[in-house]
Amino acid sequence: MIELSNVTKNYGSKTALKGISLFVKRGEIIGLLGPNGAGKSTTMRIIAGYMPPTSGTIRVAGYDVVKQPVAVKRLIGYLPENPPLYKDMTVKDFISYSAELKGFKGKENSFRVNKVMEAVGISDVKNRLISHISRGYRQRVGLAQALVGEPEVLILDEPTVGLDPQQIIEIRQLIKNLSGKRTIILSSHILPEVSCLCHRVAIINKGRLIAEDTPENLSNALMGHQEISLQIKGPDEDVLHTLQEVPGVQTVSVNSKGKDISEFRATSEKGRDIREDIFFAMASRGFAILEMKSSKMSLEEIFLELTTEEDGMPASFKEASENVSNFKHI
Amino acid sequence: MSVILSIFKRELKGYIQSPLAYAVISVIMALAGYFFSAALFSSRIAEMTSLFMNLAVILIFAAPVLTMKMIAGEEQDGTMEFLLTSPVTIPQLVLGKYLASLALFAVIIIMTFIFPGILLTISSPDRGAIAASYLGLMLLTASYLAIGIMCSSFTNSQIIASISGFGILLLFWMVGWLSGNISGPLGQFAKALSISEHYGDFLRGIIDTTHLVFFLSIIIISLLISMLGVAKRTWS
Repeated sequence: MIELSNVTKNYGSKTALKGISLFVKRGEIIGLLGPNGAGKSTTMRIIAGYMPPTSGTIRVAGYDVVKQPVAVKRLIGYLPENPPLYKDMTVKDFISYSAELKGFKGKENSFRVNKVMEAVGISDVKNRLISHISRGYRQRVGLAQALVGEPEVLILDEPTVGLDPQQIIEIRQLIKNLSGKRTIILSSHILPEVSCLCHRVAIINKGRLIAEDTPENLSNALMGHQEISLQIKGPDEDVLHTLQEVPGVQTVSVNSKGKDISEFRATSEKGRDIREDIFFAMASRGFAILEMKSSKMSLEEIFLELTTEEDGMPASFKEASENVSNFKHI
Repeated sequence: MSVILSIFKRELKGYIQSPLAYAVISVIMALAGYFFSAALFSSRIAEMTSLFMNLAVILIFAAPVLTMKMIAGEEQDGTMEFLLTSPVTIPQLVLGKYLASLALFAVIIIMTFIFPGILLTISSPDRGAIAASYLGLMLLTASYLAIGIMCSSFTNSQIIASISGFGILLLFWMVGWLSGNISGPLGQFAKALSISEHYGDFLRGIIDTTHLVFFLSIIIISLLISMLGVAKRTWS
């Protein structure tokens, strides 16, 4: 549905994008993640046709964004980073205007406008001037404007920013409901949001796409080794031996010895889940596992890992990117 | 076409809802009324040349004030991104806005019909000259507005848009005065560029294709530059 190949963008002498290639399938929700100034907004603006790339091509549903801009813009609903606000217009007039620009007239126009205002919950302020409504409402007006034509592609730059927790849940649900029917690119700095909404995550840093996969695969790939902390009831020497003999277990260390209950830390061979094996091994010996925790890396940690290193090449990145590229074809 | 109409309607509604348009119209009409009656009472001749001349000068200030917001304001409000990511082409955008400003000034011009109306009831002025003057005034206004939009397209500041509009229009108005002082091709060139020279002929009842071409060229060139100005915003 959306295809970016080797897109670069220079602002004067500053390079904002250094060759981004990305493919988004129809019906997929993809999240762009990255620190401020990484190039998320620039990428979205280029896809939406607001500005041309310096080089590279972007295709949306087969149309070239630069050569057939109007055809592309007809397919896209775009919520910019700063929601567009005609302060002298009422909410309803503005949504109606944006629907009109997308080619909806008369009855069709008012039908769609009412429907979208209902969906994002702004019907109660529809006759108020945009300059008089609160930040949260403005954000939703911006969202309504993007959704009004029921476009095939939605580009949402930080869709939940400025909303209160209740509204955030509503808007996320709204986006989730569109999943499968619409292709959605959204950016966010809220990591749990991306991991709960998106089928795929693309992490952008300093104008480069540094990782791209499902949220689960990203954390699996980056984790490599599974690390498990255990609390087991039994003589610590015996437990230690049993643990070491479990297939797939690489190292075992005793964290703290107790009289009866000891804590252990086991690491697995790469890419292997050892939790079941440990369970059965302990069960067969009659040692009770009181606690077993797998320390999985959250998206938050991956994000930090990937974006905070110098030169954009974090220690675990090379390894991770190999894994990521393996996962891509699954 | 329907996109142009949508933009046109939105802009016109913006004018109707803003106090600025009413203020400008009031000032224009008050000054026009003053100039009309002052000239009529002092000369006691049923003609409108001085009113048309004064109107042209008033509009030098009025036109940029009403066009300054057109494009610079979109950028200020952050709505340019919205417009340029809607299925709207830049020519449609510029034309829709230009036509809205024309419509507003058409209303002002129609309001001035009261002055020839008064003359026609109390005397018998040269109708041909007045008709030609109105054609001239329309072309002049259309040119002013095109230049105003052009100035608005190159800046994000409405103040800069209006000030540069005044500057350009005044320069076009006064450049003809040079031709009195400079002889030869440079003087001729200055005369050819002067709005007041071209406009003056209409007031004398002369409709010459040169003048039509002059004003139409200003309109077309200014609008083309405006489109370029809008496009340029996204290039950097």
